[in-house]
This record gives sequence, structure tokens and C-alpha cells, in this order.
Amino acid sequence: MLGWEFPPHISGGLGTACFGLTRGLQHHGVEVLFVVPKARGDEDARFVQVLGANQVPIEERVREKRRVQRPKTVEETVELREPVYATRVHEERTSRPVTRTRRVVLESTGERPAADPLDPQVGALDPALARVLEIIEVDSLLSPYQTETGYRERLARVGRVARLAGEPRAPSLVYEVVETVLEPAAVTREARERVGELRRTLVTSRTTLEDHEEEHERVVVRPPLEFSGAYGPDLHAEVARYALVVAEIARTQQFDVIHAHDWMTVPAALAAKNVSKKPLVLHVHACEYDRSGEQVNPVVRDIEQTGLDGADRVVCVSHYTAGVLHKRYQVDEAKVRVVHNAVTHKEQVEKLHEEQRIDEPIVLFLGRITYQKGPDYFLEAAARVIEALPRVKFVMSGSGDMLPAMVERAAQLGLARHVHFTGFLKGAEVERMYALADIYVMPSVSEPFGISPLEAMALDVPVIVSKQSGVSEVLRNALKVDFWDVQDLANKIVALLKYPALHEQLSAEGWEEVRRIRWETPAGKVRDVYRELAP
Amino acid sequence: MTDVVFYFQVHQPFRLRRYTFFDIGANHEYFDDAENRRIVKRVAEKCYLPMNAQMLQLIEQHAGEFRIAYSISGTALDQFESWSPETLASFQALAATGCVEFLAETTSHSLSGMLDLDVFKEQVQSHAQRIERLFGTRPCTFRNTELVIDARIARAAESLGFEALLGEGADHLLGWRSPHRVYKPEGCDALRLLLRSYEFSDDIAFRFSNKTWDQWPLYASTFAAWLHELPEEDVFVGLFMDYETFGEHQWKETGIFEFMAHLPAAVLAEKRFRFRTPIEVARANAPVAGLAIPHPVSWADAERDLTAWLGNPMQRSANEALYSLAPSVRKLDPQSQLALRRDWERLTTSDHLYYMCTKWFSDGDVHKYFSPYASPHDAFIAFMNVVDDLTRRIAAADVAPKTAEQRTTADVLQKR
Repeated sequence: MLGWEFPPHISGGLGTACFGLTRGLQHHGVEVLFVVPKARGDEDARFVQVLGANQVPIEERVREKRRVQRPKTVEETVELREPVYATRVHEERTSRPVTRTRRVVLESTGERPAADPLDPQVGALDPALARVLEIIEVDSLLSPYQTETGYRERLARVGRVARLAGEPRAPSLVYEVVETVLEPAAVTREARERVGELRRTLVTSRTTLEDHEEEHERVVVRPPLEFSGAYGPDLHAEVARYALVVAEIARTQQFDVIHAHDWMTVPAALAAKNVSKKPLVLHVHACEYDRSGEQVNPVVRDIEQTGLDGADRVVCVSHYTAGVLHKRYQVDEAKVRVVHNAVTHKEQVEKLHEEQRIDEPIVLFLGRITYQKGPDYFLEAAARVIEALPRVKFVMSGSGDMLPAMVERAAQLGLARHVHFTGFLKGAEVERMYALADIYVMPSVSEPFGISPLEAMALDVPVIVSKQSGVSEVLRNALKVDFWDVQDLANKIVALLKYPALHEQLSAEGWEEVRRIRWETPAGKVRDVYRELAP
Repeated sequence: MTDVVFYFQVHQPFRLRRYTFFDIGANHEYFDDAENRRIVKRVAEKCYLPMNAQMLQLIEQHAGEFRIAYSISGTALDQFESWSPETLASFQALAATGCVEFLAETTSHSLSGMLDLDVFKEQVQSHAQRIERLFGTRPCTFRNTELVIDARIARAAESLGFEALLGEGADHLLGWRSPHRVYKPEGCDALRLLLRSYEFSDDIAFRFSNKTWDQWPLYASTFAAWLHELPEEDVFVGLFMDYETFGEHQWKETGIFEFMAHLPAAVLAEKRFRFRTPIEVARANAPVAGLAIPHPVSWADAERDLTAWLGNPMQRSANEALYSLAPSVRKLDPQSQLALRRDWERLTTSDHLYYMCTKWFSDGDVHKYFSPYASPHDAFIAFMNVVDDLTRRIAAADVAPKTAEQRTTADVLQKR
């Protein structure tokens, strides 16, 4: 599985879905080799520390496993940062789990790293999960929902961290598969140009070591890119680079089906398919039209088209998304399967209810403040609600490219006293915010699924979701509005605040409903898709 | 002799339009006239008119040996008068045959009998008068909304002068007893209780077009043969169902009209069997026993109770909000404040509560009942907004403060 964020640390989203699905597949006895991009030296200091303290034994283990393939002298001659970084969680490890392993479990129970990542009680790895799950982390700056700007910012930040760390890095063997990888049309022309330099370097290297393993070990690979170690100079180059690494993994690992999630893994997935000749399942959580409306990035769109065309099965998270894929990408309906997401259930949420609430009721928007999430409709509805009920607080949690515009719009609408922006919330803060809220609103313009309303409902918060969301297809105890109908949204917010019976009904029944939405169900459907492809 | 008793329920509610919070105080048009008109005209075309024509023909064909009964709600009559007068005329033509009994019910098809007996009596009496005016005979048989009965309703019906009461032949009500006998509700002096035979009724109303049913397709001869197997001691079989079964719930294409066309002859082929109206059966048969009805029994769902209307917090609070206005409404002037009274009355129609039902959620069958709303929550929001506006209008109409002595929903549920 070419997944994201394992374990997940952002509310809702790709990471949460990949994690839940993997747990669900475990329930059905499917073994998963989970490949995930993970930048070393990024994230906050706490995270780096946790990693740093424990990376050595893991690396040693990797070297053991790969000794035959690994050049002996490279460490002096290569300036590439270590691109392949593998964590193998095996059965025998469960007796003495390393901290990395703990993090997996930590977040699987919904506890965030803030809790205490070193607590061994929380850290015991679920043995059942360990038996069927193997994780390979690929050092990469890719992260879910990344934009070009976001990527460059991250690159600049990480570049600095990396130099400070100043550690020598192990080399990769990616050049062995360069040609195979780049043949698929997955990497578009523009992306190819951007990685052209990388490619030439690697191909040149490859030609010098054609025949013998021994030669291979002596190859000196110049750092192909001027800045920041081995990461691609821009997002598309990084996506291509990731594909190279994944192809290598595909060449050396055993598996029956490739399962990839969203466009950034498409080149990697196609490369893996090309190398391994195994069937490909492309899981669509969001497409470019969801993220950008009509202003699509043509390069991304092309990658998606290539992936959808090349996939043997397309799994999408809602009928809504299936419709978008059919309309926008002409995907053959025969290979599309709809599998709705579920929610990972958390223990011990009771204490959150003891929160002291502020006087005014709180209406919450929590998510990326981007076009896709419809933050502007939230504000327009807020203005109408305030006319009727002046004592209501509107909270917008999250960050995104529309945040500055939203702050301005709130002021323009005269809502400055009523709307609060909390910025990006993480981990326990998210749950605390949900627990404080009286209503959660997800006014998304185009939401393939949308797990966050389920998280809110699991904390007894009534939700209003847009009908342009996949989650609205499965939810019954939720109010639904067309995202553009701000009048109706305002009407429903007011109704929830005014009629306690409605609040009580949605809160109690919603909690019950969410309890029944478990990852085992979608995972079972995914397993059925696998069986179609690899009986 | 064994009497086959057909009673058909004819009802149309005044559905609300999508009344939002922003309409409160600004707009007093609560009902979706266009939609209500469209629906009643459609149902008239698909069900009422063709079925009434067929019934008239069957009555003539069997020279008085085919008899049936109808209960037509006041809200349905309102809609016929406004939008489908030919339907009303066709019912009047049936009344003229003398083979059709028209029953009494609450004019707005409400659950007032469970909540406010004063409202209940008013609604029943005004409906009875109207039936007499339209069809020529004062009703002697009472059927309550959704066939809801309990000891109180039975006594109230008797005190209003009715001779017979219809009810659901629910297992938990009858125990080992047969639904094919006449009973007397405990606490009543002379009122006769006729119960619905749900197995026979549902063969027609629900199972008729179900292709997975092992008896599908059901022919009139088969159904008549089942009736003919009943023991001689059975004095009647109550086949009570929605009239919209014919042509609306069961489409014309299922053969439901042909089934009904052939049924009378098939039933009458056996000399022991005849068709009679409820009041004829009630008058001809002494009750075999008293029947205790401590808790409300309805003809709805597997539970045969009130949970489809008062099962969740939304329904209970909506109901309370509405009935808390009853004392004020009663004080409104019947002439000058007619519009206000009528709006309130039309809100008491039980369908509004039914649209808020969330029972189906657990069965995974959201579409179990046709509702004009996308969800029960939307139904609740529109209803509450309307009640909010109506409350303001009634307050503005300067009536004395309420003296609420009526029962609240909570009382009803506690008693159960």
C-alpha cells in the first residue's frame, strides 16, 4: 500500500483513512506492506527527538536485511541523503517494542504524541497488527494535500534542519530502476523536465555500472540538485523521485496487489506496477476538481488521468466522487468501486465532557481553510445567524490559503466580535475543540468523503454537512445543506440552537450511528476488490 | 354467516413548505399548496377516480350484495373541494347507492385523542357533521387516526354517541382470542369493537405486489378460497386498509384493480359469505367478551404502538409545542379568526409527526415511508418554525393566557 501519514496526526484526511483501512484489513487477515513518505528532520522538535533516539537500531536492522545489495564504500562517496529508510515491524519485535513502534499504537488508540510518546503502557504493539503489517518509510517531503508553495516552504525549512544535523546519509539504489520507472506516462512532460537533471545524473550513473555489482558500489553520484540534499527542487520532481524509490521497493518486495492513495502516489504506483506486473488499485480520496474547482492544475489533472486509466480498479470514497470521476475523467464505470470511509474509535473521551463551556454557544468550522472546504459559506451563514441570535460564537480552526481572506471577510461582515480564528489545531487540541463546540459545520464545496463530521459526532457534537460530500451519503443523524444555500445553513444552525430536542436527537443518535461505522466494513470491501484482481 | 368487512382509509395531509427561521414573523403561508394540489390530483387520477368508478360498478353488478366503508379525513375533503371536486362527487355517488358506510374520525386526522380530549371531541363532532352534510347520513361508527385505540378513546367514542369502534387486531391485544368476533371495550356499556384482521388485510395492502412472496401472484380466487376456509363461528373478517393501496401503493400494473374487480364474485360464490359494513356487523352481533385496552394500540409497524409518532425527542417536543396552544386556540373566534384556527388544526395532522420518525434508521430503510422532507430533522425544523410563527400570531390575537389542563405528551408516554 502506498499510503500517507502512518500513524496519522492530522484530523480527518488521508492519513486517518489509510490508517483505519489498514487496521480494518488486518481484521480481514490481509497482510499489508505500507510504504509511506516521511521527511527526516521535519516536524516539530519533539517529533525529531523521538525519532532520533530510536533510529539507530532500526537502521542497523535494515542494513542487515539488505547487506547484499548495499554498496560498502558509499558512505564516503555519496552525498545523497538517505532516500530509503525502512522500518520493519515484525512479530518478534513485539516483546520489546521500540519507540517507533509505539507511536503507531499510540495514535491508533487516538492518543496523540502530546500524551507521552514514551509511555510503555500505551506503547505495546498490537500483536495482531504486527503480524500483518510492515511499514517502509521513504524519506520524502511529500505530505497529504501538499501544494507547490507548501512544498517549497517545507523544503526550505527542512533544508536548514538537515544541514544543522549534518549527518552522513546512506545512499540509495534508485538508479537501478530509473528507466523502468520513467517509461510510464505517469510523470508528465512538465514533471519530467523538472526532474530531467536528476534523471540524467542517475541514468549516467547507471550506464557506468551496467554489468557488475562490484562496479555499482564504486559509483559516485553527484548531488543532482543544487539545494537541500536529495529532495526534489519542486513538488513534481519530488513526486517523481518518490516514484523511483517506490519502484525499487516494488522490485525487491513480495506482494500481490498495489494499492495507492491519491495523485501524489500515482507515478509511484504506476512505476511499481510496471516493475512488478502486479494489479493496481487506485484509491481516490480527492481529485483535482475537488481541491480546485474549475481552476485545476493541468499537470496534477494529467497525472490523475494517467493513474485512473492505468489502474485495474478505482476505489472511490463516495458515489459523489464516482460521479466526478466519470464526468471529469471518463473513468470506465465497470472498474469503479465505491467504498465509504469509516472512523477510528477512541477510548476514554469521557473526560472531555467536563470542559467548562463558555457562555455563548459555539459553532465550529474545523478543516483546511481552502476553496474546497467552503469557509466563505460558513461566514455568510454566520452573518445571518448573528442577525437573529447575537450571542453565538463562530470558531474557525485550521489554516490554508484562504485564511487571510476569511479574516478580512469576517471583519467586512461586521463579525469581528463573533468569529474567532484559532489557527491550525493538532492532536488533543482538535478533540478539545470538538468537545467545546455545540455544532460542527462542514460546508464543503466538494468533499469526496469528509471524515471529520464522524469525529465530531463521536464526541456528541451535532453536525451540519454539505450535500456535496460523500459522508452525507452515509449519515442519517446529520443535517444536510447545499453548500451554496447559506440561508438554509443559517436556518439549521438557528434551529439547532433554538430547539433542544433537535440537538438532543442528533447528539444522542449521532453518537450511536458513528459507533456502528467501523473500518472493518470498508476494509472488507477493499479485500473483495483485491480478490477480484488476485484471486 | 361470515361477513367480509371492507373499510378504506382516505387521507391527504396539508404538507408544509420549507418554512425557515427567516420566515417567522414575515410570512404566514405555512402550507405547500402547489405540492398538495399536485399530489391530490395525481392520487385522484391514479386511485380515487378509477377505484370509485370500479366500486360503483361492482355495487351495481352485485345488486347490493357488495358493500364497503370509507373514512375520509377532513383535510382530504378540504383538498377535494379545492382541487378535485370530481373526486368528492364520485364519493357522493357511492353514498347514494346505500351500500357504502362513511365513518367518523378526527377531522384533521390527528392524535388529539391521546393528548387533549376537548380538542378530540371538537374535531370528531365537526367531522361527523360534515360527513352527514356531504353524504347524507350521520356516522355511527368511529375510527381513530391510525386506528389508535385505548380504553379512554373507547369511552370518549361512546360518550359521543357512536355504536361501533374500529381497531387493530394486534396479537398483544387479543392474545389467544380471534379477531373475527365482535368485542366490547372494557369500561364501555354498549360500544362494539371490530378489529382488523391484519393477515388478510396485509395480503392485499402490502404483500400483493411482492414478487418474493411465495403466494405471488395473488388471484382473487385464491384469496377468496382462504376466506372460505375460515371456521363458521367467525362472524366477520375486517379488511381495513389505506384506499391509496389501489393504484398508488400498489400500481395499476400489479393487477390490483383486476384483483378487486373479481374478488366480490369469488367471495360470494360460497353462500356462507356476504359483504357487510361495520355498523351492520356491530348491530347484528352481540359482543362475545369484554376486551381490556390499557395501552394505545395502532395499526402501524410491527410494534402496533405510537412510537412512529411520539417515539423520539423531536416528535415529543413538537407535539408539546403545538398542543400547548390548544387552550388559546379554543378561545379564538370561530368566524373572524377562522384562518388561525384552521392553521392550527391542520398542524395537528399526525403525518407531520410521522415525517419526524427516525425508527427506520436502525433498520437501514430510510425510504420506508414517503415524506416530503429529505430527513426527519428537516421535518422537525420546518414544523417548529411554523409553530413558532403561529404562537406569535395567536399571542398577537390577544387571547387570554392559557390555562393548560390538557395532558402533555410526557403524560401519555408515562402512562404507557
